[in-house]
Amino acid sequence: MPSAPPRVARRSDRAPRLRWNWWNLLLLVPLLMLVTPWFNHDQPRLAGLPFFYWYQFLYVPIGVICVAIVYLKTRTEPARTGEPDRLPVSDLDVATEGEDRDEGSQP
Amino acid sequence: MNTGQWTELGVFVVLFLAVTVLGFIASRWLAGTTLDHLDEWGLGGRKFGSWVTWFLVGGDLYTAYTFVAVPALIFGAGATGFFALPYTVILYPLAFLPLLRLWSVSRMRGYVTPADFVRGRYGSPTLALLIAITGIVATMPYIALQLAGLEAVLRTIGLNGTGLLGHLPLFVAFLILAVYTYQSGLRAPALIAFVKDSLIYLVILVAVIYLPVRFGGWGHIFDTSAAALAKPGPTGSAKGSILLTQNNQLQYATLALGSALALFLYPHSVTGILASRGRNVIKKNMVALPAYSLLLGLLALLGYVALAAGTKPIVNQATGRGDSNTIIPALFGTQFPAWFAGIAFAAIGIGALVPAAIMSIAAANLWTRNIYKEYLRRAATPAQEARQAKLASLVVKFGAVLFIVAIDPQYSIDLQLIGGVVILQTLPAVVIPLYTRWLHRWGLIAGWVVGMAWGIYLLYLIPNPATNHAHFGGSALALGKLSLFGWHPFGSSQMQVYVGILALVANLVVTVVVSALARRSKVFNGTDDTDPGDYHVDESTPNLRPVAAVP
Repeated sequence: MPSAPPRVARRSDRAPRLRWNWWNLLLLVPLLMLVTPWFNHDQPRLAGLPFFYWYQFLYVPIGVICVAIVYLKTRTEPARTGEPDRLPVSDLDVATEGEDRDEGSQP
Repeated sequence: MNTGQWTELGVFVVLFLAVTVLGFIASRWLAGTTLDHLDEWGLGGRKFGSWVTWFLVGGDLYTAYTFVAVPALIFGAGATGFFALPYTVILYPLAFLPLLRLWSVSRMRGYVTPADFVRGRYGSPTLALLIAITGIVATMPYIALQLAGLEAVLRTIGLNGTGLLGHLPLFVAFLILAVYTYQSGLRAPALIAFVKDSLIYLVILVAVIYLPVRFGGWGHIFDTSAAALAKPGPTGSAKGSILLTQNNQLQYATLALGSALALFLYPHSVTGILASRGRNVIKKNMVALPAYSLLLGLLALLGYVALAAGTKPIVNQATGRGDSNTIIPALFGTQFPAWFAGIAFAAIGIGALVPAAIMSIAAANLWTRNIYKEYLRRAATPAQEARQAKLASLVVKFGAVLFIVAIDPQYSIDLQLIGGVVILQTLPAVVIPLYTRWLHRWGLIAGWVVGMAWGIYLLYLIPNPATNHAHFGGSALALGKLSLFGWHPFGSSQMQVYVGILALVANLVVTVVVSALARRSKVFNGTDDTDPGDYHVDESTPNLRPVAAVP
């Protein structure tokens, strides 16, 4: 199957496994549109559209704004590590394959 | 055929020929060093930027069938069909983070399919095989549905023959598609998607501005539709309503959620994402793709316009029954001048080709990487893989045509419904391992088996009186029918819920329990090829694995 990867610098072994950002919670906001009792009404209508429909259309921009904020707030993260590059360059070239693996990988 | 239909056919044929030319020249577009590698043929060189990805993924996810079937649902039952809007709005925030990790690890390790990732993460060919087969099985009826959408258009134009001859136009269209996909790979649908999506935007924007005015404004359209839907349907009760009822609200929400969770598990969606150049391309697209959702929502409302206009679905001469999927083509055909209707039909018809091509490529990739290379020919070179995938894409498309010819289109809709429930069962194995390897591979296999079996069994229990089916009549199960070893947790409740979510919950519970047991008894959990850093790789990462690398 997938061929053995080229041996590249693995500075990531020192990086946290998961990167968390509180802004990510914004991604849950659009789920509010699944609460149907809040909007399953005919009135008030907007340009003839029952509330049920235009309320849900409103979530299109809401969803876009939420995702856009998360994108902007996470854009500056460095490509591979959670930390700014503080490692000496020589460290970056050390391949530490097989060490420090995910805990589940041990037999 | 009348003169109007000749005009429609003429416009359709001209546009169809134009995209055919594009399909063939696509092989030289953004060309890499070789096409004999899955990175190139199957993923377009992994270098699509934000615009190409927006058109490609938009053309991939919002299929012709969606554009035809969603308004048809509203036409038939009202508000329940509008679930497509919440579905495609919550989709992107939910998929945003996992897709980035999937892209990174795939870029780093050269994964082409979701099953490749599972294989790498757990070193388990069995688990990868299950994921691959699930993907192929779920994709096949989806491709067939694209054909159903294309055929709906062809029949509306007047190419509505009986028997095998009636399917001939479809054969021709698909043969052309098959040949240029074979030659150009993913670049063909990527290039054609520009034309398809531009046409779709044009047509729908005109339709949603022009048609409501023509029929007395939205207020009048909704009032007329409410009256039309209140009339009794085949079952004796009202056909539907412009609002949800007590019984179908939970179904509406769970169907939207389940469909959103399922969409990016489909192999063709993953193919579109993996073909992009970097993480920022994906992020920008998660922001920009909802433009299509807006379009889909507006289009859905045309189902009400068709109700108010008293549009009649066209009778399919091959089956002798009214085909509700022709409702939007029929509306365009009766309300627009012939030349514009021709453009609209071409938009829907070409709209079927893009996803059909990507789906067949995705299914071919799965076959090649996770079955052919894993079990039939372990030493296959990248060039042999590419050849195998090209052939597989032909077989897949031919199979889909047989589907449509041999089986009533209604069954492909049922199968697509099953496909959604089925593909959702790969969520624990594909998404959760992106974050943790706590789940055990045997737990994932056990969960898959249970979720699959129970999901299909529950679908089997659902009748559809409207189409006279005793089984597999829909995906909405009355909670009262739910039985856990004879215990009915919800009494005789008539409230409906989406089967896929129930099966997913069962799947997750079994996965967690079996994983906990397997971890306790220290059962070997396979070897992990991936590295924690792989999940954050980006295009700017130094020493990135070269695209189309030959080991």
